[in-house]
Amino acid sequence: MSDNGFTSNEMMTIAASRALKSADVCFVGIGAPSAACNIARLTHAPDITLIYESGTIGTAPNVLPLSIGDGELCDTAVTTVSVPEMFRYWLQGGRVTIGFLGAAQIDRFGNINTTVIGDYDAPKTRLPGGGGAPEIASSCGEIFITLKQSRRSMVDKIDFFTSFGHGEGGDHRERLGITTKGPTLMVTDLAVWKPDPVTREFTVVSMHPGVTREMVQAECGWTVRFADQLEETPAPTETELKTLRDLNARTKAAHSGGKSGEAA
Amino acid sequence: MAQFMTLPEAVAQNLKSGDTAAFEGFTHLIPHASAHEAIRQGVKDLTLVRMTPDVIYDQLIGVGAVRKLIFSYAGNPGVGLLRRVRDSVENGWPHRIEIEEHSHAAMANAYEAGAAGLPFAVFRGYKGAGLPGVNKNIRAVTCPFTGEELAAVPAIRPDVSFIHAQKADRNGNVLVEGIVGVQKEAVLAARRSVVTVEEIVDDLDAHPNSCVLPGWAVTAISLVPGGAHPSYAHGYYPRDNASYIAWDKIAADRDTFLAWMKDNVLDARPEDFADRVKHLRSAA
Repeated sequence: MSDNGFTSNEMMTIAASRALKSADVCFVGIGAPSAACNIARLTHAPDITLIYESGTIGTAPNVLPLSIGDGELCDTAVTTVSVPEMFRYWLQGGRVTIGFLGAAQIDRFGNINTTVIGDYDAPKTRLPGGGGAPEIASSCGEIFITLKQSRRSMVDKIDFFTSFGHGEGGDHRERLGITTKGPTLMVTDLAVWKPDPVTREFTVVSMHPGVTREMVQAECGWTVRFADQLEETPAPTETELKTLRDLNARTKAAHSGGKSGEAA
Repeated sequence: MAQFMTLPEAVAQNLKSGDTAAFEGFTHLIPHASAHEAIRQGVKDLTLVRMTPDVIYDQLIGVGAVRKLIFSYAGNPGVGLLRRVRDSVENGWPHRIEIEEHSHAAMANAYEAGAAGLPFAVFRGYKGAGLPGVNKNIRAVTCPFTGEELAAVPAIRPDVSFIHAQKADRNGNVLVEGIVGVQKEAVLAARRSVVTVEEIVDDLDAHPNSCVLPGWAVTAISLVPGGAHPSYAHGYYPRDNASYIAWDKIAADRDTFLAWMKDNVLDARPEDFADRVKHLRSAA
């Protein structure tokens, strides 16, 4: 807890939630994106349509799911479709306005790696892989990204292109025939970033309360660009903080329920 | 027509060493009991197919039953990485598996192509992504009408698919409800199929548009209450998230893993699954 009365993780989730609107149809990645999307739904965007790749459309979970396929998502959804239908009709069909992704490793152009650290054929660390991300990144209208900053995660060069952001920057997406916008927003625990309109390099447009340029640079593996008009992210409101903390408390209680793992 | 039999019989009759097998389930209805039975029967040299290999594939790979893995997301969802998969890929323990890696969209389309009797699946995908550079089964086709270049992957045609479902009626018709994943496609794409169910009933009581697999499209059905645990069966018991969290520690160490496998798989029986979900049922 900082002297602000909120943690940097809380600030990250809340700042990310603010980017979503009631009119959005959002494909939700597990983890940090899931928290942000549900805070949006529980605060200023009650009519947002949340979609998880397990096939649940218009879901409104009371607790955050541990996986993308928890029963809670199906119970509270408008409808649940098969996974082929999800990827063919709804994602590839162009029905999703925003894809909200996390990242193990990201570069300045919003290219994401969740596949391997090191060489693909002889990896230092084998990560889970892309799941839905390669097509989420190209089929959603635009992409929001949220992750905690560190020099390990924000790197000059990613080890593998799991999903394509702006490639080498500029008009790289257009050159590959991709018609969607790609990454338009990144929210970290320290700042809000948006791509430069020409180079597409992520640029800090707003720093969270109490954060300095040096702090942002210290946790980023490339030389950070800051916007000329640098703003301060508004601190979480009481309502936002209470909603997030209540959600986290409900989630923690739900996931530690039952006898643990004597026969997993 | 589906035949009712015990799970050991169903696995023995339908899964052989060297087979390509899919144990499907998208978080929900994962056929844990079938995978454990396969491990007990000592099947080897499998090519395993699954969109989201999680704990059971970690187990099958950890005991050395697997030659190749075809997949799109190998993680313990919400918890972390699959440590037995990592140990195989990174350190070659107990041996190095071959991997063929896709995206979810590719795998979902490939199952559907398999069910549809097509040789390959076509979709708009992999643009700018790295996987086509490391997987020779990701190729491109040009639309004959628009000239658009699209991704193509081979259809998935398992020798046998295993799924878990809520219930079957006495004619072997199977009802799958909730998050249905790719279970229907996995069964229809496969040459043989084994379905474990929570219960066998007189009447499925299914809505006209429910996901029902007719008995004549299924090879074998085994009654295994709790057979998805620690995955879940919608309407019967919830996901045992605590067990998924616990798995991370169990799988982190080779000896701990092997000891756990002996106690909970090799020395256990399909009937044990019913006990494992008892404490969860009230929460369903």
